[in-house]
Amino acid sequence: MEGGFFTLQDFMTFTKGITYILMIISLCAMVGFWLFLSERDTDQTVEEPRHHE
Amino acid sequence: MSEHTISVNKSVLTPFNLVAGVILLVGTVITVLRFTGGLAAVTNLTDDNPWGIWIGFDLLCGVALAAGGYVTSAAVYIFGLKRYHSAVRPAILTGFLGYALVVFALNYDVGRPWRLPYPFVVQQGTTSLLFEVGACVALYLTVLFIEFTPAALEWLGLKRARTLVVRLTMLLTIFGVVLSTLHQSSLGALYLIAPSKLHPLWYSGYIPVFFFVSSVIAGLSMVIFESSLSHHYFHHKMDETHLRENTGVTLGFGKAASLVLAGYFTIKVIGVSVANNWHYLTTGYGAWFLVEMLGFVALPCFLYAVGVRDKNITLIRWTSAWTVLGIVVNRLNISLIAFNWQLPSDQRYFPHWMEIMTSVFIVTIGILVFRFIVTRMPILYEHAEYK
Amino acid sequence: MPGFPTLIMKLSIGMYFFNVIHRGNDMSLTRRRFLGWIGAAGAGTLLGREANAAANVHFKGYPDSFAVLHDITLCVGCRSCEAACNTVNELPAPDKPFKDLTVLDQRRRTTAKTYTVVNRFQNETGGDKPVFVKKQCNHCLEPACASACFVRAFKKSPEGAVTYDHSVCVGCRYCMVACPFEIPTYEYDQALSPRVMKCTMCHPRVINGQLPGCVEACPKEALTFGKRKDLLDLARERIRKNPARYIDHVYGETEMGGASWLYISGVPFSQIGMREDLGVTPAPELTAGALGAVPIVVGLWPVLLTGIYAITQRKEKIAAEESRQAVMEAVSRERTVSEKEMAAAIEKAQKDKEAAIKQAVKHALDDAAKKQQEVKS
Ligand code: SF4
Ligand code: SF4
Ligand code: SF4
Repeated sequence: MEGGFFTLQDFMTFTKGITYILMIISLCAMVGFWLFLSERDTDQTVEEPRHHE
Repeated sequence: MSEHTISVNKSVLTPFNLVAGVILLVGTVITVLRFTGGLAAVTNLTDDNPWGIWIGFDLLCGVALAAGGYVTSAAVYIFGLKRYHSAVRPAILTGFLGYALVVFALNYDVGRPWRLPYPFVVQQGTTSLLFEVGACVALYLTVLFIEFTPAALEWLGLKRARTLVVRLTMLLTIFGVVLSTLHQSSLGALYLIAPSKLHPLWYSGYIPVFFFVSSVIAGLSMVIFESSLSHHYFHHKMDETHLRENTGVTLGFGKAASLVLAGYFTIKVIGVSVANNWHYLTTGYGAWFLVEMLGFVALPCFLYAVGVRDKNITLIRWTSAWTVLGIVVNRLNISLIAFNWQLPSDQRYFPHWMEIMTSVFIVTIGILVFRFIVTRMPILYEHAEYK
Repeated sequence: MPGFPTLIMKLSIGMYFFNVIHRGNDMSLTRRRFLGWIGAAGAGTLLGREANAAANVHFKGYPDSFAVLHDITLCVGCRSCEAACNTVNELPAPDKPFKDLTVLDQRRRTTAKTYTVVNRFQNETGGDKPVFVKKQCNHCLEPACASACFVRAFKKSPEGAVTYDHSVCVGCRYCMVACPFEIPTYEYDQALSPRVMKCTMCHPRVINGQLPGCVEACPKEALTFGKRKDLLDLARERIRKNPARYIDHVYGETEMGGASWLYISGVPFSQIGMREDLGVTPAPELTAGALGAVPIVVGLWPVLLTGIYAITQRKEKIAAEESRQAVMEAVSRERTVSEKEMAAAIEKAQKDKEAAIKQAVKHALDDAAKKQQEVKS
């Protein structure tokens, strides 16, 4: 009886629930990752463009 | 458009203010009736027609027409079209007010409005597209509010807070575009669950895509439309940059709108084709569908194109108004006119006058708040200290 | 492999399903489902169970759920079921008494005060006797109302009933939009506590071992209560034994993914107000595509947008850099030019000076020579 879901509705409620949580996590992580990725870019700031030869 | 110029600042007893006052009064009375007598007291909603114009117009049209905020900020900040910069603030303001009013209107429509946070804090119905719409609208309203705050903070002279918010611009813009993509399309996807009720010409597996693409059109057109209105009524509030860039914004956005309309027309035709719905075109609903497609999609697409080629600002402005009307027609078609099309005519829905008045009341509130803000805060001009 | 799902599970169950456990009116049921969820997230195999139900294969519904079979050919339109339903659910008294059969002159639908209605139809395929059909919630196996509700007010119970919990309902009425059978109704006249109203399949009675009110009251046994799988057999058997009496179709077996209320009839269902164009797609599947696109947008849109942003930034920077370099080159070119000029000028000045000195020396020598000559002479 306890093998899993009996209805598609319950299955989706569960998987979509997890997906929503993952989406929140991934959005936050994206911001962090972008900062990590471009942290050392001296090019990044527009105010002082310095070109690397 | 130029006939009825209303001078807004001279006297309190202008015709505009009088009409607005009456509307507010009637709206307040209806509000009392709604929350003492229930929905039955002020609406024509029935068990067959659970959604009326408060959803079809206030929610669906409201959200679509408030798309200018994300479209403009994406164009300027993400696509780097800096020459449209002066269009950002009015668009964000309209977007923010639009969404705020949508949420306000929902409080009239749902049975127990104080439970509106329930889907997020009590029990999450994750399989519902309405859950998705609700979550995105709530988040996006917050994003728009933050995006709007710099104007208010400049007005209040809070420099440090303003600098802090301005630093977040990029993040907020990207977040706003993601959220808008999601809920604009999900509003269409709400109808996916009712294939048996929505007329096949409007029901399509692509309906989320249709809604998203048409929201871009609505956003672009609203920016043009609203800027021409502002141009007319708040000319004195606009600064050099704004006036100078205005023509460019109108031309550029008109061109974009024309292009997107062409794409929209194409995918709509494909929608009919993949479902093999051609035979419906010869019916009454088919004729109405053709009116929408040719009169409100193809025609504005062409008119925009002519306007842009001839640099005819007046034509573009009138076209934008027509396109906005077209979006309203489309949303009403889906939510009301082509919905429940199989029901006998005596069971069909027609709004009660109090429902219409409530929508008018809400739009009026929007216009009044907009006027209050643009006459005070640096929306149509740049604040001298922050240039 | 089990590490990640377990982590996710702990997180999600902790954060997300806290209230499921909290809200369960039936603790044991909730617990069982709760364990079921653990099975689905990948731990099922660990516990030695086949986790095939967890894979997105084919959901067959609760195996031992109950259903009702409505044999339309037996219904005489006496409205006993309506009366019984009104009593067992303590609904408000009707406008006309249930004995009054003139209400059958009009086609009716369920309302907030009537969970079930019987309608009369002319028999279009010959035969002078009219056809009576009872209408109520069909208790779908994959309910559209439940799929649509954003607070999960509807639940398909293992007993078969689709139950509604008014204590969470917001009143958005999306369930009414979604239901293909036009069943849920709303208390529009309630100002403060409007509810969605629909047949409960007498769930409270059923879990107490009683029959649904309408089934119990039916004098003609047009309604039969039992396990869904048994009722399907029964329905098919009746059709097989009396092929002349019945249309060869069990309505509710597959419509919109199937329902817990089954019908057999002597006339085509579309002639007696039951739609045959609903298809067999379960409601949650209709929205699965759109819901599935959501996380993809969330995952990829930021990448795309940031990418575009970075490219425009880069272009601008290159443009700015190019113009800066152009300026610098212009400036330095200018500088070299002026340096050369300066050098030339200095050289010239030096030459002039030298020339002047030479001149002066020559002058002086000349003068001296002249003087000497003057002295000599
Ligand atoms: S018939 Fe309608 S209300 Fe009843 S379970 Fe199915 S979808 Fe829900
Ligand atoms: S009206 Fe209530 S039960 Fe129906 S979908 Fe909305 S919240 Fe859910
Ligand atoms: S099952 Fe119960 S609630 Fe449903 S129609 Fe029969 S008596 Fe009414």
